[in-house]
Amino acid sequence: MRTAVNTGEHFMTGDVACAEGALAAGCRFFGAYPITPATEIAEHMSARLPEVGGTFIQMEDEIAAMASIIGASCAGAKSMTSTSGPGFSLMMENIGLAIITETPCVIVNVQRAGPSTGLPTQGAQGDMMQAKWGSHGHYEIIALAPSSPQDIFYQTIMAFNLSEKYRVPVIIMTDEMIGHLSERVIIPDANEIKTVTRTLPKGRKDRFKPFEPGPDGIAPMAIAGEGYNIHVTGLTHDEKGYPDMTVEAQAGMMERLVGKIRKNRDDIIKTEGYRLEDAEIVIVSYGVSSRTGLAAVDEAREKGKKVGLLRLITVWPFPEEQIRTLAAKVKGFITVEINLGQIHHEVERCAGGKAECMLVGHPGGTIIPPERVIETLEQHF
Amino acid sequence: MVKMKQQNKQVHHPLDDLIRTDRIPHIWCPGCGIGIAFSSALLAMKSSGIDLQKTVMVSGIGCSGRGAGYVNLDSYHTTHGRAIPFATGLKLANPKLNVVVFSGDGDLFAIGGNHFIHAARRNVDITVICVNNFNYGMTGGQVAATTPAKAKTTTTPMGNPEAPFNLPLLAYASGASFVARWTVLHTRDLIDCISEALTKKGFSFIEVLGPCPTNYGRRNKENSFDTMKLYQDHTIIKNGAYPSELDIDFHKTVILGKFLDIERETCIESYDKTCRPMELVEE
Repeated sequence: MRTAVNTGEHFMTGDVACAEGALAAGCRFFGAYPITPATEIAEHMSARLPEVGGTFIQMEDEIAAMASIIGASCAGAKSMTSTSGPGFSLMMENIGLAIITETPCVIVNVQRAGPSTGLPTQGAQGDMMQAKWGSHGHYEIIALAPSSPQDIFYQTIMAFNLSEKYRVPVIIMTDEMIGHLSERVIIPDANEIKTVTRTLPKGRKDRFKPFEPGPDGIAPMAIAGEGYNIHVTGLTHDEKGYPDMTVEAQAGMMERLVGKIRKNRDDIIKTEGYRLEDAEIVIVSYGVSSRTGLAAVDEAREKGKKVGLLRLITVWPFPEEQIRTLAAKVKGFITVEINLGQIHHEVERCAGGKAECMLVGHPGGTIIPPERVIETLEQHF
Repeated sequence: MVKMKQQNKQVHHPLDDLIRTDRIPHIWCPGCGIGIAFSSALLAMKSSGIDLQKTVMVSGIGCSGRGAGYVNLDSYHTTHGRAIPFATGLKLANPKLNVVVFSGDGDLFAIGGNHFIHAARRNVDITVICVNNFNYGMTGGQVAATTPAKAKTTTTPMGNPEAPFNLPLLAYASGASFVARWTVLHTRDLIDCISEALTKKGFSFIEVLGPCPTNYGRRNKENSFDTMKLYQDHTIIKNGAYPSELDIDFHKTVILGKFLDIERETCIESYDKTCRPMELVEE
């Protein structure tokens, strides 16, 4: 029998590294539906989960996959699903259920070029806004964007930890390039991996209110079958979990759901800077495109241009403050992403006219060569 | 007076401990059949002897879908059509739970139809109770996948041009272990049947016919008493009837009973046997 943490030095794809990260984080239920280029995550989980006491199930569609991981999480298991664009669209309704019921779970979207079936085997980053706004109603979401197999290993652990801590679904927005890219991945010893598990309730079971926030603003989560007799609903509800169809209840619930993320931005948001100290131009990027950005920075520096990279590890919530602060001291931003302008608009919004904002985008299917960034740099700055 | 008050206080419903009394009154209309199906399910939970602390009710959306909101157990009111895959996740993540899906025909068989057949095929060890009132009651009485041909609904004002599902046949063909049909008139049979299904290993399905006087009944000139009279006069009990005989046509005779009760390896048993290393399989 193998252990959940596959300690050692490996050569593996991003998809497999994602699955290994999930196992290391404590994921013990995985429900998914096959889809290129995310299938390898499911394949790896199907082999690995039963040997660590977990359960894998291939559901009948992505709607069911998403519903199953919410159910499993309510039964106490850390749970995950993986998909790509078309499946991600089908998951949207139940992502809303996870948000309103405050059920921790992780969704991996290995992005490919759309719309619709698009280029099923070729990568893109076109679902970034769908991750933020795809489900109906207003909400805040946490979405991460890994840039290498090693990175996806750690970000998957981070996704589970954030999800358990804040009782929210967390989305890993990777892409086909990272999913199918094989690189060295070092998996540390189990005792070096920090994992977080949801707070369970204490005290009298009959007085427990499942949606009454604790001192940290997060309600402890009762697991099914423990005698708390909780009611959990997708309807607007009060602290007891009972439906309450008033405008006041909606306002109170929404303030708390949105507040959990907005008030904890500093804890959630992670970015990485490269040669930013004296940068006059900042490349903003994430996922595979941040590797384009990285190459472009070095090339530009060789040409004497003061360019740096801001890599978004957390794309949602968006690092607004960081962009605002940079906007006050730099000449401009170049957002590099494999879509025709999504995060670019966020950068533009936060720059607030204080710095020029350019997009180096692509409709999808391939990575963006660094030369295109250099071109934009030379033409505009 | 004081004495009378004390006496009044002692009056309680035998199911009070299983009901969220602080959520009463419920939303179901006078004459609706869901309440009878719901209380039958609760009585069956009691009589079956299952561990109620380990019993969970899952519902989808619709009038019957409100069931989860009134039961004083761990209860999950999910999205439209998705009670079964949600319940599948619950059961697979903790096989010690008794998982009961209580929902309506529209929820389980139109929007949720795909999940139903797959859960039955996998033989997920859950009990699915479907209150079939022949229409979408919550949204005002639209045609459903169970509405009899020619019946009037708000979206079939000239009569339903389509044919309905035969639910027990669908459950049987999909691989269920236990399949039955009763009406809310046949409460003793219904309670016994649910009780049996709750302790039955594998995917159990019980269709419960119930009146919807507000929507279906009103448009088809059938008040609740008329519907109950049909349940009395136009039904026969035929245990073990072949599922293809079970089409519902109240102009003829509708067959009730327990149609299937077989032993088949459950989803979890098969997974443990096929996929899990021996040392990890619990006895």
